[in-house]
Parts: sequence; structure tokens; C-alpha cells
Amino acid sequence: MSTPSPYAIEMLHITKRFPGIIANDDVTLQLKQGEIHALLGENGAGKSTLMSVLFGLYQPEEGEIYVKGKKVEINDPNVANELGIGMVHQHFKLVECFTVLDNIILGVETTKGGFLQKDEARKKVMALSEKYGLRVDPDAKIQDITVGMQQRTEILKMLYRDNEILIFDEPTAVLTPQEIEELMQIMKNLAAEGKSILFISHKLAEIMAVADRCSVLRKGKYIGTVETKNTTMEELSAMMVGRNVNFHVEKGEAKVGKPVLEVRNMSVASKVHKNNAVKNVSLTVHAGEIVCIAGIDGNGQTEFVYGLTGLEPLVSGSVKMLGEDITKAKIRERSLKGMSHIPEDRHKHGLVLDYSLEDNLVLQRYFEPEFTNKAGFLRRDNIRKYAEKLIAEYDIRSGQGPVTKARAMSGGNQQKAIIAREIDKGPELLVAVQPTRGLDVGAIEGVHKSLISQRDAGKAVLLVSLELDEVMDVPDRILVMYEGEIVGELDPKKTTQEELGLYMAGAKRDEVKA
Amino acid sequence: MTLLVQYTLIFASVLILVALGGCFAEHSGVINLGLEGTMLVGAMGGALTMRYLTDKLPTFALILLVILISMAAGALYCSLLAVASINLKADQTIVGTALNMLGIAGVTVVVKAINTAANPDDVSSVINYGAAREKFLVKLGDFEFSWFMLVTLILLVAAYVILYKTRFGLRMMACGEHPQAAASVGINVFKMRWAGVLISGAYGGLGGIVFIMAGASEWRFEYGVAGFGFLSLAVMIFGQWKPQRIALAGLLFGLFRALSNVYSSFDFLAKMDIPSPVYNMLPYIISLIVLAFTSKSSQAPKAEGIPYDKGMR
Repeated sequence: MSTPSPYAIEMLHITKRFPGIIANDDVTLQLKQGEIHALLGENGAGKSTLMSVLFGLYQPEEGEIYVKGKKVEINDPNVANELGIGMVHQHFKLVECFTVLDNIILGVETTKGGFLQKDEARKKVMALSEKYGLRVDPDAKIQDITVGMQQRTEILKMLYRDNEILIFDEPTAVLTPQEIEELMQIMKNLAAEGKSILFISHKLAEIMAVADRCSVLRKGKYIGTVETKNTTMEELSAMMVGRNVNFHVEKGEAKVGKPVLEVRNMSVASKVHKNNAVKNVSLTVHAGEIVCIAGIDGNGQTEFVYGLTGLEPLVSGSVKMLGEDITKAKIRERSLKGMSHIPEDRHKHGLVLDYSLEDNLVLQRYFEPEFTNKAGFLRRDNIRKYAEKLIAEYDIRSGQGPVTKARAMSGGNQQKAIIAREIDKGPELLVAVQPTRGLDVGAIEGVHKSLISQRDAGKAVLLVSLELDEVMDVPDRILVMYEGEIVGELDPKKTTQEELGLYMAGAKRDEVKA
Repeated sequence: MTLLVQYTLIFASVLILVALGGCFAEHSGVINLGLEGTMLVGAMGGALTMRYLTDKLPTFALILLVILISMAAGALYCSLLAVASINLKADQTIVGTALNMLGIAGVTVVVKAINTAANPDDVSSVINYGAAREKFLVKLGDFEFSWFMLVTLILLVAAYVILYKTRFGLRMMACGEHPQAAASVGINVFKMRWAGVLISGAYGGLGGIVFIMAGASEWRFEYGVAGFGFLSLAVMIFGQWKPQRIALAGLLFGLFRALSNVYSSFDFLAKMDIPSPVYNMLPYIISLIVLAFTSKSSQAPKAEGIPYDKGMR
């Protein structure tokens, strides 16, 4: 090599087409050696496609890739590995029942006559762990350690392979604020040691905090690259969305009314272990307020919602809605009494994927006289009219309108369909579980507006969220759930993300009365 | 008493071998429900070897050859499962069931054809290996030691070492737990699963020949293997997919199976006057009870039964 290139990776004028869509349209990405470079874009902006091209999963129609100044052909993930490119995937690629050490060495094991030699590997891992402040227990099994430690294992996996170019795909989505801070520090340490880091994210605050430069994609097109020290969050978001987005959720004072939902001493069994996943939880949600259950994923929120909505039976405790006991009520009874549920898993509990959009929109109402005549046949004309009304009102986009199969719709529009169905029912209580998961900034804004308009119309809203910004901005009260218990009640106007993080990590707890 | 120990050990050998076979396939991510059929095919391979070569080979060579041919026959038969479920991504349960049906029918047809060709009046599906069987046994007082017991012990230790101490084992188990993770570090999932299924067939085929030689000097192949393939899967589950625990589970189930052969020699059991079919049912009933209680806390490989697809992430 004559003169060393200043760039670790250059992806020049990459174009990748899929039938009917251009996923990457003349995209250029230049990652300098030793820098932290953010790749920003909404869902569907083409970030994943670009990374798949870099890892050889897709072949681009046009464009060239250079690694350290050398033109390369990447047609297989192994080639990327050999070029020293490593990636921490959003969903970790770890074998749960293996130890941390086994996961790190998998694929690059040292052997003697076919037998594993782990001592040297252990030494190297511990040295790396020390050097970069990546605390792990090499003999712990993945299934027993925290998500943060799992992520550190993934990072060690890359370092163990002497990768020079590290890609982090949405690394903060699953972490507590403290763990995020720790990760940011680790990334800075890595960059200081000369590693080049590509940080894929749509969280602007994190990009501003850690990245040196930021490239923005929008709808498959390359918008530009900016130095983070010369820009603002507003500018970045405008580049990403193509218009100005209001980050702060606008809402007036809550006019709290009578209690709508009263949960007392609820316990729900766990499917994965013998203990209860929800332990003795009591809470009250009033008309005209949004209460948010915050917490790290897997602390009993899912099971709590299952118990509340009737998907799972309670071990003990009671649920009252508008003063009436519904502990043992069937799901349809709960729905008819005015409970709406935007479920966490929209494919499993939200939609019948192989039904048309219009059928999905009347899933909870098809038996009403408006949609079923006295002989028991569906009134297709009314269903169509109703669907068309909701599609227009909630801006649900799909290929063929009311007859589109739910499966063929994008995630964001599937979610819009569920929200339309649940809100149009005119509920007294709206249970919304991670309603913005997988949605882009513009769509999130819309969902938050609908939640707040429900509140302002005097309905009760119970929001379950893992997104810190959402937890801080949307609700009127925050309840933090940790290991199946409510460990704190916070006022979003008075608390900070740091304090919230301490409760979420179980480092702080109060006695909470419903 | 000696007889009980002897039968326990030989039936345990069968169960342990076949269960280890199931264990290899499942650790690589493929459920091998076709072990019944695999056992039969392996047994036929071994039985035919003995039929034609008993007089022509010295004892040691004969034993070795019977073992190798049974294993090879089992592995070859399981390659059908590998092609269908790994390359063609077929439903593994259905392929396994088909292999069981094909196994018993195919083996019966082949053995009958061979018998009829040798002697037009013989339309049975029987192969006699009485002379050869003696060569596998060593009399230690009352106890009849079978070389198969030693082979089982060796293959049991080998299974443990392969799974937990070698690179191959680590990679194979990664494919059964999280094939996408394995692929992301450059492991060829298809190859590993093929290896798991072939090893499974070899263990299952050997288990088959041990089974038919356990207490008989000839075998009527249309009888099949009396559900031992499925019983072995129960042993595998009870053993939580771990060789050392499979060994213990195999001994336990082997004991119950042995009881039905020798219960009359125990005075107190004979006095109880329980009909012999009850003893015959014991291993199967025990397996139902055991599975009902243990399958909840099962530690099955997470990705077993799911065809690996490169595009899935």
C-alpha cells in the first residue's frame, strides 16, 4: 500500500434495487479511521440494506466498496469478517446456553488435535475486557446475565477476532440509561484505541453525545454528512424526516376524574420460571390521565398486561373497571365494557395476518348489528364502508385498500390499523403496550397525539413503554416495574432520566400505594 | 440376580446408543423421529453380515465388521432425513414418521426377497444369526458379558468428549441452539446438521443390531423393534440431552425392561402373581409418567425442528 487511506470503509454511490423499490439510491458512506460515525435514518430509510450490502448479504447493482483504500468484492459475510469488519446486531447472535467464553471463541476456536484449548482464549478475553472496561464473567451462561453484559460479550467477540471496524446496530434500544452511558464510554475508548466505529441509530441525543460525524439517509437516498459539533438535533431531525419534527409532546394539564381501572394485589404466573412474573401489583388509573408503566423489557410488564386484558388467568388479586369486578371476565366482555388493547406483539395478538385489512378492522365488532344481519351473515357493504372511513381518518396506507392482506402491509401501517380499531371503539380504558415500537419519528408523533387526545376526551390511558423519551414525555404519572413489582411512582415533570434509570435497574425503590 | 444385571445392561446399551443418536441429531438442530426405522435398517445390515460372513472371518474381525456395517447402514438410511429436512426444508416430524414406516416395510421386503431367492419355499422375514451371536458373548461365571456393552461404554464416553471437549461439538451445538449466530461467525450450518444426522444414524443403526441380538438368535424383521426407538427418545428427554444423564436414564429404563424377562426368578415378585404383560408394559408406562413430569423443565436445543434458512435473521 502506498499512502494509507484516511478511510476505514468507503461505500461509494451504492445503488441497490428490489422489485418495486430502490432501497439504496446512490448512497455514499465514508468511515474515517478511528472515528465514531453515526448512520441516521428512519425505519425503511435503507440503513439495514446498506449494512447487508457491506456484509455481502446483498450485491449492489451499482457502486464500489473500499476497505482501507483497497477495492473489495464482498459476496459473503465471511469475507467481511476476514476484512476485519465486525457487527453487534440489534438482536444478539449469542447461544443462550453457552458460556460467555464459548460464545466469544465460537468459530475461531484454538484447538489441539481437535480438542478445545480454552486457557489461552480466556487470558486474551480477560486482557481485552480489562483494557476496554468490558466487564464480563467468562464462565457465566448467556441466559443468566444481563442484556448489558450480553452486549459486552458481543463487543468482545469482535475484539477477540481483532476486528478493526466495528458496527453497532441500534445498540441502545435494550439498555438502561446507566448502561447506555457505559456503552458510550466504551465506544469512545475503542475509538481512542484506533478502532473505527459505525453507529446505527435513530436516537439523536445519543448521536450528538458520542459521534464525530453523522451521515443521514432518507427514503433510500443519501441526504448528507455533517460534523456533530457543527449541528443541532433539530437540524439532524429535519435531515432525517424531511420536515421539522416537534420532539416535545404538546399537552395541557390533565383533568383527572374518577378511577376507571383499579388493580389490587395482582399476581400472574410466569411461563419461563416457577415464580410469579407479576407480584402483588396494585395500581389505579383515573379518567383523563395517562399512566405509564416503565421498566426494562422482561420485568413482568408483558405478563401484567396479559393478566389485565384476560389473556392469562391471575394467580391472585382482582381487577375492577368502572367499579365493576372483571377479574374473571372473558376477553370479549372486557372489550364490550370499554377496554381497548393495543398489544405488544401486533402479529400475535393484534392482527390476523392472512385476513384483509377490513376484516381486521372489525375483529372486535363483527357481531354487532351494524356488521351482522339477523340471519347471522356478515354485512359486507357496511364493513367496507366502515373500513374506508377508518382508513381515511387514520391515514392507513396499503396496496389495495380495504382488501389488502394485513401481512402485506408495512409495520407502521399495521400498527395504525390496530390503533384505529382500538380507539374508534370508543373505549373507557386504552391499554397501549409499546404502541410506537418499530415506528418512525413521524408516525410516533401521530401515535402520541392520539393517546393524548384520548386523555383529553376524559378516557383513561395505561401506557406500557420501554422507550425512555416516551416515558418522560407522554404520561402524567410513571410507575416503574422491576422484577414483577411496582418499585416507584414518579412525576415526569419532576424526575430525570437518571433517577428513572436507577428505579428501572432496581437500584432504588419506594413503597408504592395504589 | 445376575440375570437381571445382565439384561439391564444389554437393554440399557440399546437405549443409551439410540438415545445418544437422537441427542446428536437434536444438538445439531434436527429432530430424528425416524430412529425406529433407523434401528431396523442397521439391524438388517448387521444381521446380513453375520449370515454370510460368520464362518469366513475370525471373531474379532466379525465383531468389528458387524458393528461398522450396522452403523454405516443406519447413517446411510438417515441421509434420507438429512436431504429432506436440511436441504429441502421438509417438516422433520413427517419425514421421521415416514422413515419409520419405510424402515419396517422396506426391511421386510428385502429380507423376504433374499430368503425366497435362497430357498423358494421360504417366504419368512427371518434372519438367523445364532452361531455368530455366541461370538459376541463372554461367559464370566453366570454372567454373559457382551462386547456390545463395552462398545456402548466407549461410544458414550466418545459422545461426551465430542460434544463438550471438541471444536466440532461446540459448533454443532451452536447450530442446534442458534443457527443464525453460528452462521454469523462463519460456521456452515448445513454441514454441521448433516454431520449430526449421520452420527445419529450410526448410533441408531448400532443400537438396532444390539437390540435384536439382546435375547434372540434370530429375528423376524416384520416385528420391528417394539418401540425402542421412541423409548430411546424418552430416555434422551429424561436425560436432558446430556450424555452422562442419558446413561443413567438408560440404565433405569433398561432395568424395567429387564424385569419383564426375569421377574419370575425373584420369589417375592413371582408370589405377587402379576401377569407378565404388566411387566412388559412397564418401560412404556414409566416413560409416559417420566415425560409428563420432566418435559416441562426440558432443556431441548432451542432451534431443533426448525429448518435453517439463510435469509431469516
